[in-house]
Amino acid sequence: MSSKSLRAALAAGTATVLVAAGAACSDADDGTVTLTVGLFGDFGFGPLYEEYMETHPDIEIEERISEFADHHTNLTTHLATGSGAADIEAVEVGYVSQYTASPDRFHDLLDLGADELEGQWLDWKWQQALSGDGEALIGLGTDVGGMAMCYRRDLFEAAGLPVERDEVSALWAESWADYVAVGHQYMDATDGTYFFESSGNMFRAQVEQAEQGVYDREGSIVVDSNPAVGEAWDLTVEAIEAGMSNGLEAYTPEWNASFSEGTFATIICPAWMTTYIETNAPDAAGLWDIASVPGGAGNMGGSHLVLPAQGEHAEEAYELIEWLTAPEQQLKVFEQTGNFPSTPELYEDPALTGMTKPYFNDAPVGEIFTGAAQAVEPQYQGPLQGDVLATLGQGLGRIEDGSQSPEDAWSQVLSDLESF
Amino acid sequence: MSLDTRPAAAKRRTAADGRPAPIGPWRHRLYRLDLKASPFLYIAPFFALFAAFGLFPLAFTAWVSMHDWSLLSDERAFVGVENYTALLSDPYFWNALANTVSILALSTAPQLLAALLLAHLLTMRLRGQTFFRMGMLLPNVASVVAVAVIFSQLFGRDFGLVNWVLESLGAGRIDWQTGRASSHVAIAVMVAWKWTGYNALIYLAAMQAVPREIYESAHLDGASRLQQLFRITVPMIRPTIVFTVIVSTIYGLQIFAEPQLFGGAGPNGVTGGSSRQFQTLTLYLYEHAFNRGFEFGYASAVAWTMFAVIVLVALLNYLFIRRIRSAS
Repeated sequence: MSSKSLRAALAAGTATVLVAAGAACSDADDGTVTLTVGLFGDFGFGPLYEEYMETHPDIEIEERISEFADHHTNLTTHLATGSGAADIEAVEVGYVSQYTASPDRFHDLLDLGADELEGQWLDWKWQQALSGDGEALIGLGTDVGGMAMCYRRDLFEAAGLPVERDEVSALWAESWADYVAVGHQYMDATDGTYFFESSGNMFRAQVEQAEQGVYDREGSIVVDSNPAVGEAWDLTVEAIEAGMSNGLEAYTPEWNASFSEGTFATIICPAWMTTYIETNAPDAAGLWDIASVPGGAGNMGGSHLVLPAQGEHAEEAYELIEWLTAPEQQLKVFEQTGNFPSTPELYEDPALTGMTKPYFNDAPVGEIFTGAAQAVEPQYQGPLQGDVLATLGQGLGRIEDGSQSPEDAWSQVLSDLESF
Repeated sequence: MSLDTRPAAAKRRTAADGRPAPIGPWRHRLYRLDLKASPFLYIAPFFALFAAFGLFPLAFTAWVSMHDWSLLSDERAFVGVENYTALLSDPYFWNALANTVSILALSTAPQLLAALLLAHLLTMRLRGQTFFRMGMLLPNVASVVAVAVIFSQLFGRDFGLVNWVLESLGAGRIDWQTGRASSHVAIAVMVAWKWTGYNALIYLAAMQAVPREIYESAHLDGASRLQQLFRITVPMIRPTIVFTVIVSTIYGLQIFAEPQLFGGAGPNGVTGGSSRQFQTLTLYLYEHAFNRGFEFGYASAVAWTMFAVIVLVALLNYLFIRRIRSAS
């Protein structure tokens, strides 16, 4: 091949590549804008996209779903390197404070029109997405995870415990200590099943309910000095030592299978958990029911939608998330997936409060979770909230599987936290 | 192209004139340059790519490893060897190193031995030979993630097939993930399943080159099949064995997907179990690079230390295998 024709071929090839790359990353010439939405798990937005695209013919929506832990790791990497993030990203509450610490990496929603909407969300939900100085808002709230307690009616009956949800709620209305006492009763009366699925969740629920969690308002970790954390740990250890925990790790195949096998009697149920149970154990309809959680209310989980600053279509993306998080759409999501709305306006809407779930023995989920969400006392969440709780959970896991004594596990947790 | 056309052209001119053609100094210099530089140009693409994607990252990682370099902050202070000293004094690093070596030993030794036996069986006249030989390669074609996910389910505590079999045989259930030894065995099985067939095929190829006559005379002398394998085949294919040992070592020391997926989607997938009982070196690196702190400086130090460990272990393995050769 002569050098001239080689050069021509090279030029043609390069041009083709450039054109192809150009087509891949820019928007089509007809003026449509493609918005990418990065989520962990299914948020139930599918039908809403269809609806939105019908009324907005110039918008295309593309959804990318990844695993929970991967999602946040990838998002952090993309933010740090300045490319790769979707136009719209979901952030779970355990991670949101990590992102509010660097608000300049996100579009400030207050500039885009959110300043007029403040009253639309639960106050604490709004606060969670505010930057430290309160000057910028990085996300709009989707769902909240007001807690309840799901339980197996058949297992309770076999253990000689009450079965109706009001009576069950009354069993542990006072405190978590009552819950553990019921657990002792349950373990004495039955054989081969457990009282709850994993000690980590029981511990986390207690910590989430406390006035102060694993962080103080100044942002230092107070695991060692906060008595609420110590009490929750001790009570959880008591339950583990009585053999109440099934020792399952959430989202593993074993965990998924256990819902239909009925190997444990209770599980802490934020609204979004009801969906997991329904999909993992379709055969167990009618066996599960929902009571209130011990120790009053508390929040576990829930998300925000944020707009990374690297996204080029801030206005279009903002318009979409404002619409997706508006009360009407949140109600539709709740009807479809069970993710509970974060907009109090709905809490008086009979369409929400009157809702029941046939799977859970017609439990009045609307009423239960409305009560749970309204009673939540907001708790300060530190930048590494999720990681601190995970470290504590692993400590409990070591007691659970017998590889460490409670004392050793606690001191290892503390030394692990030193490196944070 | 230009390399052989030019000398030819020069020769033609010499023949036409009957005496050496006067070549202009400019052309002459060009010709010399072509002769000297062109070969380098031809191999340049490889070295350019290697420099961009091999050498540069290697050097850059070394540079990063000497900084307090977090992806989350813009300040990157030079700290010298501090990352390395912190690394060497971290018990979790030594734990990860011990786990890695243990998983390596558990997976590589049985794997290569099984591969040798399989290859030996495949040299015999079998019905459907091609079918068996191709079948060897199937596990290797399967995606490592799929393999890890499926084996994690097989080794499940409550509903896993392995425990079900153990229980129906009268043995007790094993919580594969919790124990250090049991989790290493589970991971080693995943690695062995994927790579045994591959190594068997490499051995098979090497065995084809061993002259038949040696076996025939050995057969006449009354050597059994097994004796033939260890007395003739193994010594004859030793270079291949050295190669597979080193490649398996390099792969085994970097093992990542298997323990990560075995640990599940939660924090256990990063720390390799709640007691770090199966955290390998690469998982340890991952924990620091792509977790809470995004400490790229520290993780780069881990990467370089791993590099040193791999070179060292590969070298030791090589010397070890060579010793056996000279002994026999």
